[in-house]
Amino acid sequence: MSDSTERAPRVRPAPEAPVSRRVFMRRAAALSGGAAAALAGARGSAAADSGADPADDGVPPHVPPWSRSLGAPILASPYGVPSPFEANVQRRQSPGLTRTPQSSVAFTPLQNLFGIITPSGLHFERHHAGVPTIDPSRHRLMIHGLVREPRVFTLDDITRYPSVSRVHFIECGANTGMEWGNVAVPTVQYTHGMLGCSEWTGVPLATLLDDVGFDRAKARFVLAEGADGASLTRTVPIEMALADALVVYGQNGEMLRPEQGYPLRLLVPGVQGVSSVKWLRRLKVGDAPWNTREESLHYSDLMPGGVSRQYTWIQEAKSVITSPSGGQVLLDRGYHEITGLAWSGRGKVRRVDVSTDGGRNWHTARLQAPVHTKALTRFRIDWQWDGGAALLQSRVTDETGYVQPSLRALRAVRGTRSIYHNNAIQTWRVDPSGEVSNVQTL
Amino acid sequence: MSRRSDPPALALLLVLAAAVSPSAGAAAPPYGFGTAATAAQIRAWDIDVRPDGAGLPPGRGTVAEGQQIYDAKCASCHGTFGESTDYMVLAGGAGTLSSDTPVRTTGSKLNYATTLFDYIRRAMPFQAPKSLTDDEVYALTAYVLNLNDIVPADAVLDRRALIAVRMPNRDGFTTQHGFMRADGRPDTHATACMTNCTNDVRLLSQIPEYARSSHGDIAEQTARGRTNVATANVEPTAAGGAGMELATRSGCLACHGIDKGIVGPAFTEVARRYRGDATAAAKLVRKVQEGGAGSFGAAAMPPQNASVADIRVIVDWILHRLQ
Repeated sequence: MSDSTERAPRVRPAPEAPVSRRVFMRRAAALSGGAAAALAGARGSAAADSGADPADDGVPPHVPPWSRSLGAPILASPYGVPSPFEANVQRRQSPGLTRTPQSSVAFTPLQNLFGIITPSGLHFERHHAGVPTIDPSRHRLMIHGLVREPRVFTLDDITRYPSVSRVHFIECGANTGMEWGNVAVPTVQYTHGMLGCSEWTGVPLATLLDDVGFDRAKARFVLAEGADGASLTRTVPIEMALADALVVYGQNGEMLRPEQGYPLRLLVPGVQGVSSVKWLRRLKVGDAPWNTREESLHYSDLMPGGVSRQYTWIQEAKSVITSPSGGQVLLDRGYHEITGLAWSGRGKVRRVDVSTDGGRNWHTARLQAPVHTKALTRFRIDWQWDGGAALLQSRVTDETGYVQPSLRALRAVRGTRSIYHNNAIQTWRVDPSGEVSNVQTL
Repeated sequence: MSRRSDPPALALLLVLAAAVSPSAGAAAPPYGFGTAATAAQIRAWDIDVRPDGAGLPPGRGTVAEGQQIYDAKCASCHGTFGESTDYMVLAGGAGTLSSDTPVRTTGSKLNYATTLFDYIRRAMPFQAPKSLTDDEVYALTAYVLNLNDIVPADAVLDRRALIAVRMPNRDGFTTQHGFMRADGRPDTHATACMTNCTNDVRLLSQIPEYARSSHGDIAEQTARGRTNVATANVEPTAAGGAGMELATRSGCLACHGIDKGIVGPAFTEVARRYRGDATAAAKLVRKVQEGGAGSFGAAAMPPQNASVADIRVIVDWILHRLQ
């Protein structure tokens, strides 16, 4: 491919056609013959580029073919799927990060998303022994330990309890973990994509614990265990279990996806994702923490000097600009909306400030209402790009007054080897050519 | 205020209570859904083990028994001596956690041997979890501890002996931090300065060129609807996919592991061999096209059908991404 072809999209304003012709043609080729032909016809610009009758391009004053024909019937897709033109919006893995696809991570494409809700099919994946296929009629949840009446629940039992729906984020404790020492990955999908936010529906864990008569005098912790091959276990402090933890079966209006714990998962709002145990099969009330593998060998934060912080549950306030972000290109000077996400495991987002000069000066962004507690919050701010180099940053302040730290401040306390809880301010560099890339500033 | 009940008023309240109790909004615990868990049900699922030994089952196992099971069921992933980096490294790394290059292994990082028992019993072997007997789990625990020189080769582990094991990193953990409670105290104290906050903005780190192409077609990945922010073709050579994707699609990984030799050498080994060799790329591209033998072992590599462009991307990925 020649250099001039590569650069063409940057200087050609094409706000309605962000998908390059190359990308489109690849997609069309991937589809079956008939569908590809239909798509190719629908995509006038492709025909135009290849020298066919420019009258077919469908752009005014021409009339596009979909305005001159009958569309697909209902139920062409009984469970709807995104437009074929959105096929690039996918979860992805970071090559070389893990050795086996059963114990691995797929990242949410934050750069492609709007608002605060992560489509269920794009919510990041993190499994420790693959995704089990669970027959809900045979799934059981056992609650025992320091309880008056240990019980076994079917899914029907759980859904009989009074339910609540709440919007909360889930962020893996290792999100942005690849970037502690240096820039390692190119786009916001890989830097921040172990992050999702859904409307979750389920039963407050407090309701269930009350119902089995947990021992209020002795109970200090709850062990949560999954039904997958790993039977992953995590210790949850009783205060969090009673405050706002949910036993969840619904996600964004439907049953949980298998990758998200179908048919039952725990949700501990504001806490690193691994605590929101998926495929939940057992809750045990106890008087001491369990020191499980995923809270000793892993998910503990190694500090300079060699001591690890254990039970580092809370996800502190963090934000990131999702557009413009790494890998994108600004096509034009002038107006651009800078937008991104902010969240805090300690409560609500109070404010987000944005800098375009690497942190010298800041301006307060608009927050999209409603702002939920322990949920993603969308921020936006107007920007006139003058065509020069720029360093874009966002900085959240949460309702406790905590301000998102710089990478320098984080490293000063925690070094670069802790893997977990990197909530540093992210910097995207805008090149005069318009290219946006991942950088770290001092 | 009088604390005596007024009989007529109380009677009225009771009537009202009776009237509203079946209606919406009046439900209250206990609900009593679910069925009582039997002792047998609890015994079968209650597999967790705490550092104080709570939950450890009866049984015993020796290092020697553990080695037999390990060689049969564990070594293929974890390496003969627990050294394999393909999966969790089981052995080594002693004393490295305070260094600039900490090596986190089961032996160097774990604080309680009970956790090792708990994890093997619930989650291992990876492809057949919960298939081991409790005796086998004791034996494997003993063997992994022996690989780390934590117990002697003649050790026999049972409940009491396991509780008594002292891991080298027993005291290597702290809960003195602000992450255990929503109102915990943070360890950074940034302020929301708004103007002239710094005069010194320097680029510390940028995305390396190889890391752009290693993540596939990021131009396609970042394409976003309804915006005049579009996508760059910042990928220098990898149009059509990252080296890893191409290597997977072209079948390279059938004979070469990333860090583990299969029939052919590991890609990381190839990268090490040719480090600093300016002619390596050209040599390797030719080798992939024409086939070769004798560089790494007896097995010959057949000529490959992939396009030269694809082979270049794969070779570039091996040489620069995997070093």
